[in-house]
Amino acid sequence: MIISLVIHAAPGTSQGAQTALTFCQAALDAGHQIYRLFFYEDGVHNAHALAVWPQDERDLNAAWATLIRDHRLDAVVCVASALKRGVLNTDEAARYEKNAASLEPSFEISGLGQWVDACLHSDRVVSFGV
Amino acid sequence: MKTLTFLARSGPYGSSKAKALLDMVLSAAVFEQKIQYIFLDDGVYQLLSDQDSAQLGAKNVSAALPALDLYGVDRIYLDTESLQARGLQSRQLLIPAQPCNSDEIRSLIADSDMVFSL
Repeated sequence: MIISLVIHAAPGTSQGAQTALTFCQAALDAGHQIYRLFFYEDGVHNAHALAVWPQDERDLNAAWATLIRDHRLDAVVCVASALKRGVLNTDEAARYEKNAASLEPSFEISGLGQWVDACLHSDRVVSFGV
Repeated sequence: MKTLTFLARSGPYGSSKAKALLDMVLSAAVFEQKIQYIFLDDGVYQLLSDQDSAQLGAKNVSAALPALDLYGVDRIYLDTESLQARGLQSRQLLIPAQPCNSDEIRSLIADSDMVFSL
């Protein structure tokens, strides 16, 4: 089955982010195809490269980046959600004259059109952290 | 074309959920999908006319509702029970929405390819 995920939850705030990660891993292990991960609203915090986790907690930001790289997943953060939460890639940081980029490079910035595209090309779109 | 159903269940203010769902609806409409926009629970408050959010320091979420028609979003429903439970009447609403009972909403959801709820 072709599956996409919409992640609304910030890591460390609600369970949704961790559950999405576990679901994604389980779907891949079961042989399903992940068409796209779409990070919306507070979910964009999962793509923050500057997060530092306590040593006795699972670093969810790093776990997402590893999963995305290992499986070459298409991971998109919503541009409107990301900008207002300070999740910027180098292009956006330059455009808005901010002194740091904060997007983990395994994620891309794009718009809700990528979410619609995921709906059109997936058998299931599963939301987390609503 | 897919049938995408959106369940607006949150009030218009207090969180960004109403705006976030509306943005999803408008994006899906640009891609010319069949859209069912259902207002239920506190989501029925989103439809109230004469909203003034200035003192909240928030944008008026309802300002975009009249544009739904321009986007071709014309399947707009509201849960009659949610409206009644909040002492509201359909004449207080900004845009027309088709009144539904829970069986009808269940059937709308059953006919959908995908459902998004915020």
